[in-house]
Amino acid sequence: MLRRHFLAGAASCSLLMSGWAHAADTIKVGVLHSLSGTMAISETTLKDAMLMLIDEQNKKGGLLGKQLEAVIVDPASDWPLFAEKARELISAKKVDAVFGCWTSVSRKSVLPVFKELNSVLFYPVQYEGEESERNVFYTGAAPNQQAIPAVDYLLEEESVQRWVLAGTDYVYPRTTNKILEAYLKSKGVAAEDIMINYTPFGHSDWQTIVSDIKKFGSAGKKTAVVSTVNGDANVPFYKELGNQGVKASDIPVVAFSVGEEELAGFDTAPLVGHLAAWNYFQSVEAPENADFIKKWKTFTKDEKRVTNDPMEAHYIGFNMWVKAVEKAGTTDPDKVIDAIVGVEVPNLTGGMSKMLPNHHITKPVLIGEIQADGQFEVVSKTDGLVAGDAWSDFLPESKPLKSDWVDLKCGNYNTDTKVCVGAEG
Amino acid sequence: MLRISKPLIILFAIVWSLAGSAFAQSADVRSIIAEFATTKSFKQVEAVVEKLGATSDPVAAPALRALSDGKLKYRKSDGSVFITVEGSAGLSLIDPVSGEKVDSSSAASSDFKKVKVKNSLRRKIAAVLSGMTLQSKSATRRLAGAKTIFETSDASALEALDAALTNEENAEVKEVFLDARASAILASDRTERAKLDAVDRLAARGDRAALSLLSKFSASTDGALKEKIDGAMTSVAAGQAVWANAQNIWYGVSLGSVLLLAAIGLAITFGVMGVINMAHGEMVMLGAYTTFVVQQFVAAFAPGLTTYALLFALPLAFLVSGAVGLVMERGLIRHLYGRPLETLLATWGVSLILQQTVRTIFGATNREVSNPSWMSGAFEVGQMSITWNRLWIVLFAMAVFATLYFIINRTSLGLDMRAVTQNRRMAGAMGIRTSWVDALTFGLGSGIAGIAGVALSQIGNVSPNLGQSYIIDSFLVVVFGGVGNLWGTLVGAMSLGILNKFMEPYAGAVLGKVIILVLIILFIQKRPRGLFALKGRAVET
Repeated sequence: MLRRHFLAGAASCSLLMSGWAHAADTIKVGVLHSLSGTMAISETTLKDAMLMLIDEQNKKGGLLGKQLEAVIVDPASDWPLFAEKARELISAKKVDAVFGCWTSVSRKSVLPVFKELNSVLFYPVQYEGEESERNVFYTGAAPNQQAIPAVDYLLEEESVQRWVLAGTDYVYPRTTNKILEAYLKSKGVAAEDIMINYTPFGHSDWQTIVSDIKKFGSAGKKTAVVSTVNGDANVPFYKELGNQGVKASDIPVVAFSVGEEELAGFDTAPLVGHLAAWNYFQSVEAPENADFIKKWKTFTKDEKRVTNDPMEAHYIGFNMWVKAVEKAGTTDPDKVIDAIVGVEVPNLTGGMSKMLPNHHITKPVLIGEIQADGQFEVVSKTDGLVAGDAWSDFLPESKPLKSDWVDLKCGNYNTDTKVCVGAEG
Repeated sequence: MLRISKPLIILFAIVWSLAGSAFAQSADVRSIIAEFATTKSFKQVEAVVEKLGATSDPVAAPALRALSDGKLKYRKSDGSVFITVEGSAGLSLIDPVSGEKVDSSSAASSDFKKVKVKNSLRRKIAAVLSGMTLQSKSATRRLAGAKTIFETSDASALEALDAALTNEENAEVKEVFLDARASAILASDRTERAKLDAVDRLAARGDRAALSLLSKFSASTDGALKEKIDGAMTSVAAGQAVWANAQNIWYGVSLGSVLLLAAIGLAITFGVMGVINMAHGEMVMLGAYTTFVVQQFVAAFAPGLTTYALLFALPLAFLVSGAVGLVMERGLIRHLYGRPLETLLATWGVSLILQQTVRTIFGATNREVSNPSWMSGAFEVGQMSITWNRLWIVLFAMAVFATLYFIINRTSLGLDMRAVTQNRRMAGAMGIRTSWVDALTFGLGSGIAGIAGVALSQIGNVSPNLGQSYIIDSFLVVVFGGVGNLWGTLVGAMSLGILNKFMEPYAGAVLGKVIILVLIILFIQKRPRGLFALKGRAVET
């Protein structure tokens, strides 16, 4: 442990030296994604995506007449290290905005740092909601932009009556499942028709659980699995589903953390028809998307590289930040935080996403079916854009809470008691 | 949609009146299939599928199957519909009605658009197909049709089913037909007598599918029939419970064999030599990446042999991991014998270096190692389903264990190894080159770990983190089983596997793991040397 920190410290020192040389004439953008450890598998791609976006912007002439400079640090999938690295980015490297984090734990770990040093963080991953901070912009989906519409799809299209909520054991799946359980019960689903199951990170032996799902599904009612299983554990889970013959037409699995990148690791032929809910799929036909995919493949020099939802979130978040900085005429965090609300930029699915006063954005919700080539085919798309809701309406404790950083200047204003419960600017 | 359907209805009516003429029928099917090219929404596709179903003409079956598989596409330029087969040079086109190849040259897939399907449509197609294929020439298609009727309890298919039953000669297919008939009867308005017989038939199946059907009908019936169904359900459920225990033992054995594979290399490097090798997991990972490289290589240069790529990977994985192990021992570990703390830190460092090296070369994302066909799917034993990949891994783990046991107990290298570990100075005095034996032993342990990597690449991720997920379990198994004893590793792995699987349904996967850890800590308190402790003077030194 000590050794690792020492090495990281040494590396950052040398980076710092090179950073000083041209500090005056560039705007610095921090990239806080794990490049080693368990989460490297997902986060490395986002680092590359940020480099590409910054590169593109520089080709267009930079920002406020200055060139942008990416400052990359590696928090190594180590949650406390995220906070250290965030502090280093803001205080030592003097970055003007940070794009980063993946797991909710890492976001929670950097929150105090961003508040204390008053900087801005763009967080690109779908998450459990129940949070709204002045210094953070949530460009991924809140539960009402992913989980609830996915369940609605299963209720309406597949007339599902029995539900398995399977997840990895940490804050995102637990909160999401709590919201979903309350939502399903409000729709008249009985408690015995809901099975909740948690597994540790990186769980590899899914035999018992898949067999339990089959057993649960043989009660004569249509059954579906809602999966918040995260990261590495998905590959063995889907392999076991395929091998035990759980077909999508019998027991469909809808996943919230499985995208193109995760499917690149295995043969998807036995999984055709299983579902995923996202706000973006690579297969979406839109001119912006075709352009983005082309640039991505050229940038990575790899024809087979896929794009995914969190990449789109960074695309939206970065462009929003650029617009807000142009609008404010400065990169000063306070001015940018005020300027960015209401900013509209094109997303990759053919619409315009807007930053809302609660620091969440509007996005379309897409449901896709896995195809044999590892891509998704969109089978359902919301008519308009859905506004991200920080505080779920389906949990009694968060129902009265409201977030508004423009008028109320509060992240968790209680509309019943008319007081701000804590998150003040 | 409306604009084209009117003339079609007229056409449809005309054709209907001519029913019986095969030519007219296939022309009709052709014109309906052509409508797929104008569909804009899933609803419209469904309407066309229903129309095809209404013809009940088996000629439409191939097109429907292709639609369900996502292979039905239409040309963007003229809207003609084809069944397409993806080839290396593009798409080859097949006429949806005649089944003949259309073009000798293949077409670019960008000129074609797929007719979209989704799950609910696939179910619809299966239901439509089931009626058409009951009299098909191919037994597998007849089976598939009957299975769909069985699962959906489609009462409207009863007549077709009865007709097909009288012609059916294949005994296996006939059984499935009878099951399908029983399921359909329960949903129909036939007599209570027939329904009671149908319940008997389903109860005799005794499997989960039957239980599922019975519980579905239990809710919608009453009186004597409901009593009968509930009785049948109890007996089926009781039978299932017995099989569930057998299934649990199998899961335990299969988890145990994975643990055994992961730990067996460590049983040599840690167990026999006493080196706390934190880089053991990375040897497993190197084996998995060797498998990936071999598969890519075979796919590129000898595509015919892809199913056997795993067999080529085995010796190569042994050599790669073994060589890395040898280099590690010669370059690092031999300077640290007798200093366990330094060894621990140094090997931990090596593990980080290896991980980052692999990440730099292959990238941080998962690599796809495909399962050969003989390792995919499952088969049934009684009411138990056994997946092929797990079965092969159990057999493979046993084979590796037997080989290793043979090497250690029956070869001169094994004799040297045991001599050196039991009394190094005496062995040296007898003329054994102890340092050389150390290197070979470490190489052997690492090589075995590499072989394990080949097998583990088949059930999990191939990523730079692969090793980390196994290292803790490996140490657990070796310490629990008893350091320095191969049998201990085997028994340790199996008992941990089975214990884990019996715990999991009650405690859940997370708590189950915690309980196992607590139990092992308690056990080690009682028996610090594990299940099978080595006895004798050598142990005391």
